[in-house]
Amino acid sequence: MTVVGIIFSNIHDENIPDLTRMRTMASVPFGCRYRLIDFTLSNMVNSGIGHVGVITHYNYQSLMDHLGSGKDWDLARRSGGIQILPPYITAFASSRPSLYSTRMEALIGVLPFIRGAKEDYVVLSDCDVICNIDFSDMIKKHVDSGADCTIAVRHSYVVPRSGTSNNVVLSYDSDGNVTDIAENMDSQPSYRNVNLNMYVMRRKYLEEIVLDAMSHGYKSFTKDELEPRIGRDRIKVYECDGYFATVDSLADYFACSMDLLNPGTRRELFGVKERPVFTKVRNSVPTLYSNDAVAKNSLIADGCVINGTVENCILFRGVKVGRGSHIRNSILMQDTAVGDNVYLNCVIADKTAFIRDGRVLSGCETQPFYIEKNQTV
Amino acid sequence: MIKKKECVAMLLAGGQGSRLHLLTERLAKPAVPFGGKYRIIDFPISNCINSGIDTVGVLTQYQPLALNEYIGNGQPWDLDRAYGGVMMLPPYQAQKRADWYKGTANAIYQNMMFIEKYDPEFVLVLSGDHIYKMDYSKMIEAHRRTGADCTIAVIDVPESEASRFGIMSTRDDMSIYDFEEKPAHPKSTMASMGVYVFGKEKLFRYLEADEKDEKSHKDFGKNVIPAMLAAGERMFAYRFDGYWKDVGTVSSLWEANMDLLGERPKLDLRDSRWRIYSRSNAYPPHYVGNSAVICNSQITEGCEIYGTVINSVISGGVTVARDAVVRDSVIFDGVDICAGATVDYSIIDSGTSVGAGAVVGRRMDEGGRLTLVGSGIDIPAGIRVPDGALASADFVRSLNSEGGRAR
Repeated sequence: MTVVGIIFSNIHDENIPDLTRMRTMASVPFGCRYRLIDFTLSNMVNSGIGHVGVITHYNYQSLMDHLGSGKDWDLARRSGGIQILPPYITAFASSRPSLYSTRMEALIGVLPFIRGAKEDYVVLSDCDVICNIDFSDMIKKHVDSGADCTIAVRHSYVVPRSGTSNNVVLSYDSDGNVTDIAENMDSQPSYRNVNLNMYVMRRKYLEEIVLDAMSHGYKSFTKDELEPRIGRDRIKVYECDGYFATVDSLADYFACSMDLLNPGTRRELFGVKERPVFTKVRNSVPTLYSNDAVAKNSLIADGCVINGTVENCILFRGVKVGRGSHIRNSILMQDTAVGDNVYLNCVIADKTAFIRDGRVLSGCETQPFYIEKNQTV
Repeated sequence: MIKKKECVAMLLAGGQGSRLHLLTERLAKPAVPFGGKYRIIDFPISNCINSGIDTVGVLTQYQPLALNEYIGNGQPWDLDRAYGGVMMLPPYQAQKRADWYKGTANAIYQNMMFIEKYDPEFVLVLSGDHIYKMDYSKMIEAHRRTGADCTIAVIDVPESEASRFGIMSTRDDMSIYDFEEKPAHPKSTMASMGVYVFGKEKLFRYLEADEKDEKSHKDFGKNVIPAMLAAGERMFAYRFDGYWKDVGTVSSLWEANMDLLGERPKLDLRDSRWRIYSRSNAYPPHYVGNSAVICNSQITEGCEIYGTVINSVISGGVTVARDAVVRDSVIFDGVDICAGATVDYSIIDSGTSVGAGAVVGRRMDEGGRLTLVGSGIDIPAGIRVPDGALASADFVRSLNSEGGRAR
């Protein structure tokens, strides 16, 4: 049994426009040294998937730079490996716009990839899912159950979203057969079975779905294709547990990042035996703490130099914290330089931000203060 | 058409490094961990690739498994090349002979065919037991400029230490007129760094001659260099004035690690123009807990620090539990330091666990001596490992049966 993976790299970009203005959702930095796609990609690699197509749409330079040949995920392969699937625009551009806006349209755009793959099964996954799950178990259950399509779900506490996209929730019977699939319109927070947007099916079945959508002009994968198949085909669920997060706003990004300070989260995400999370290797030097450094409850990558105080922080690679500075509840991305005697609270500094001596900046948990990439404050 | 290489590097990595005791029980000296996420061999190999040398033969003999696995296809150093790259060169069985490497010169002699394949102008001979950042291309340039047959990199050492090294005496133009291996009364303070550039033809001629000489130790420092000098070949010293340290002993290994710390570290690895590369372990970032105190220390990915770390270099995946103290120490990969344990002035090898309340070593400022603990050892809770010990598994077991309780 062979499996090919497909990752949607621009999905839900609009949820965190600040962070995705210059990059795909897939390449949003997360957790000191990762990009969001690392989690899904590592899940696939750790499940023995050696061929992955990454569907891109726009702004995918940073993603290509991150993925490179795929060698850091052991995906630089002669056969299979990683394949970036940018929008396909033929010469003498056709009247049909080729830039897609939905998952279904994206799949239509990569039909040649789906057809050309040699694998029997396919795993579809979004890139903004932060979890460590074993796809091989999901695939095995899918095959054993004889289902046409298996959807990963998680029973979780759903808070209605203010943003653009609602959670899609599933209902299913005691045998795990899906009975309904719908957007969550509840106005009250409640426990629901959330669709994790990870699907397993036979490659041929996906091809059928794509062809059907093309012939009917369907736009939505769940509404137009999956929903009508309920009852007709065998759509099953796969229940996941362990840490799981999707990012749907800047405040959410902030909260998910801070989740990492919780030992349980780190154990479920990074501490799973034989399922490490891979990322691009940067060859940073270990982090140096000076005589005056104070660090409390923080997660810190390599390459940092800490001369000040750091509390409840997420520091990416190469961050410098100057003397007498006090950084609290903040996320400082790669190569952010903080001068001396700076005070930061609830700040998200994007890559290579520079914060001059003596600055005092503060946001709050629900409204973090965001500093753009390369900006000097 | 395959281009010939200007220079091929030959890295002598077969040494046992017996003065590192327990650390080299199961691995060759060049594979010994250094600086939190490196191994000694990362330095010469990174120097090669940063100097534009993309063909490196690594001569292995003693315990090559860890080294072979670590170097692999050379990808972390960008040495996974279609032509050239890094190549492990163990001793082999030839049609007419089958021999271990009898000395440094013999190791290169046995691999002349490897060098010949690339038909280089120069051969750079390196050793795998020094920590330094050096641009070999400048040295090769000097070698070319002086028209030397052999150029030897030298570094100034304190007069008191000069008798531990191969000492060079030079004229004003840096040409060498005298060379003495570990002299009792050194005539100068210019010590050989074990980095040589040879013209290929000349090198081959002397290796062949040395091979025929039955009295020879087949060693560069003892035989080949003196023979070349005696024959009046053009030999030059190339002065290097950066950081360089022979980490052949436990104490010098400890010192070199300490040189990474401080306001202005003597050994600065933060220069992005001269990165030292290493094989990555896919560890998550390190976590510092609420109760942690970290002072003048270097900490890397995969660590969880809840206790106190002072003047120490901590490698990947190390846990320092609450109320544990690590001071003036070098801790290798995956070591577990349990609650209330104290580690002072020690090197602790990979995968060892220091039980709750155990004490390893003694404070440096109270006259403690450097302590070494081997790999994969479980130091039971409450045990005291005396300072100056070379603590193997057997040693720790004997402590336990003697009831060497700390408190």
